[in-house]
Amino acid sequence: MSAPIRPPTTRRRGRVHLVALTAGLLVLGLVCLLSIAIGARQIPLSEVVRSFVDPGGTPEDVFAIVREVRLPRTALGLLAGAAIGLAGAVMQGLTRNPLADPGLLGVSAGAAFGIVTASAVLHLTGLYGYIWFAILGALLASAIVYLLGGVGRGGATPVKLALAGVGVTLLLGSLTSAMVLASPLALDRYRFWTAGSLAGQDQGTLLRVLPFLVLGILAALALAPALNSLALGDQVATALGRRVGVIRLGGAAAITVLAAATVAVTGPIVFVGLVVPHLVRMITGPDYRWLLPYTLVLAPILLLGADIAGRVVARPGEIQVGVIVAFLGAPFFIALVRRRRLAEL
Amino acid sequence: MALVELSTTGGRATFRLAGSRISGVVSLRALTVGTALALATFAVFCLGITTGDYPLTLTEVVPALFGVGDPGTLLVVQELRLPRALVGLLVGAAFGISGAVFQTMTRNPLASPDMIGVIAGAQTAVVAGIVLGFGAGLGTQVLGLLGALVAALLVYVLSQGRGATGYRIVLIGIGVAWMCTSATDYLLAKAMPFEAQKAAGWLVGSLNERGWQHVRPLALAMAVLLPATLLLGRWLRTLQLGDAIATGLGTPVARTQLALLVTAVGLAAFGTSAAGPILFVALIAPQIALRLTASATPPPLVSALTGALVVVTGDLIARHVLPDDHLPVGVVTGVLGAPVLLWLLARANRTGSGG
Repeated sequence: MSAPIRPPTTRRRGRVHLVALTAGLLVLGLVCLLSIAIGARQIPLSEVVRSFVDPGGTPEDVFAIVREVRLPRTALGLLAGAAIGLAGAVMQGLTRNPLADPGLLGVSAGAAFGIVTASAVLHLTGLYGYIWFAILGALLASAIVYLLGGVGRGGATPVKLALAGVGVTLLLGSLTSAMVLASPLALDRYRFWTAGSLAGQDQGTLLRVLPFLVLGILAALALAPALNSLALGDQVATALGRRVGVIRLGGAAAITVLAAATVAVTGPIVFVGLVVPHLVRMITGPDYRWLLPYTLVLAPILLLGADIAGRVVARPGEIQVGVIVAFLGAPFFIALVRRRRLAEL
Repeated sequence: MALVELSTTGGRATFRLAGSRISGVVSLRALTVGTALALATFAVFCLGITTGDYPLTLTEVVPALFGVGDPGTLLVVQELRLPRALVGLLVGAAFGISGAVFQTMTRNPLASPDMIGVIAGAQTAVVAGIVLGFGAGLGTQVLGLLGALVAALLVYVLSQGRGATGYRIVLIGIGVAWMCTSATDYLLAKAMPFEAQKAAGWLVGSLNERGWQHVRPLALAMAVLLPATLLLGRWLRTLQLGDAIATGLGTPVARTQLALLVTAVGLAAFGTSAAGPILFVALIAPQIALRLTASATPPPLVSALTGALVVVTGDLIARHVLPDDHLPVGVVTGVLGAPVLLWLLARANRTGSGG
């Protein structure tokens, strides 16, 4: 394996990016604090900080809300946002398709289908079983989408893949609702996460998906230089000493694990993986070595922000984060399509 | 001098009413296929009426449709089962013809009202009506129509511009559909439990508990829109050739397109208000009709018949699979229709017209 060709980035640009990323991290920290503070019961920011610094000095009920409810939810939003954002970015790099998003290309629907199959047909309970079935379903769905979208002239063009994704999503959605309607047990689980929500998770769930998500995130970040080579086309990447097949397999594995583990916990959340990488490209350009870290920071900000908005808009109830994100993301998707040429990445 | 001049050449019959300008061409194959479909639809329709908690035989049902039989049978058939079967029949026909018009106008087999957000728009409007509490009965129909029209116009306007293709319409439609779906989810989350349940009933395509109050507005709308669409349908062939050629051939392009859009959206919207979104019917019925009649574009009338057959068959299957639980017909048509969609995609890709 030869050393990757370095694009002529000056040291100064690297420094600017580091400063910007640090600022992003600070914003992310602030959003996390807000996410802990805002809700059906408002907790002042000072109280939130104090519950971490001085656990003994905070009122019992505030401490319980922060530690038992809001903290796991915020941590989940952080991880899920990072996971979906990275999955989208890697997907766009692998397929060189600007419309790639795990939610649009049927990966999320496949994971949901796997989970409902596990609970309706096999009567499985417990998250570990769910995760494996979610991964299986996601793999199945993405395989079908790629087979359908990739046949014919021109390989997998953006339009073909998007349409195949919609078709597979609708098919799996129908099968999922058929199973759900036939099984009350599955219906309960399904209603719980069908719109994509961060609510109602405890620390146990979080710790169980943590290894999957961390593994997926690390794998995605490690792929950055390889994705840069792939952007030049398969032949050039091969000439540069990359093993294109290995990169594609690794990337597909990372995307599947990230999307499936997230869907298993939060339900299908679309558009985060599509929107954030495109916003980041406006800042960083096409270099994946900066694009992926930025996505890692910005995607959770978007997801947690949407989650907070969902709690504020419909007080005292709340709106699932998936709904808010889809409503904000759809216009962005339309604007992308309206661009004169869907340029290949 | 004959009253009707008929001549048959190569599987087509041309007729002209003597001494008038009324003339036309009928494909004999389309005629045969249409008749066969109509007969099959009627057979399944009657079968559907025989099934239920109180089983009847075909020999009891068919006379009862015409008002012959003992009072008990008449009550079950005419008050309980006939409206449901009629809603299925009319909705299927409405979706079928609406899909045919959309697919022909956009020159894209995937641009049917259920794929490009028209039906999602109708749903959002209806759910908004239920949750925010305005309009009932006829109000629901009008709301659905308005929602569908707004969504269709949005897709139409957004997909204008340089290099507008059939595929751009589909992709933008997908975006609009996502927006409408998330707006609907938001409304459901905001709703009180009772309204939420009532609204959720609209979100699955279902023929359960459909009565005469659902049949009447739908039948009225169909009586107006179906002939209008069929009359406008004669322009569809020239519109196929592109705006410039169509204008050259004397087609009033802009007016025809707008009129067709309104009738097709209207049919889809009234169908949705009556039975909810029955997935994929508008997509697959015209494609099946196209292949049965071996014509160049989806034939509107045969598409309507195919749609009706698909829905009544789907409903029959749904009630046999889950007799007590009532599997919604939308799920059945979704499971049956999605493979057709994927096959269409794969085929379009093979011939290199897949975008």
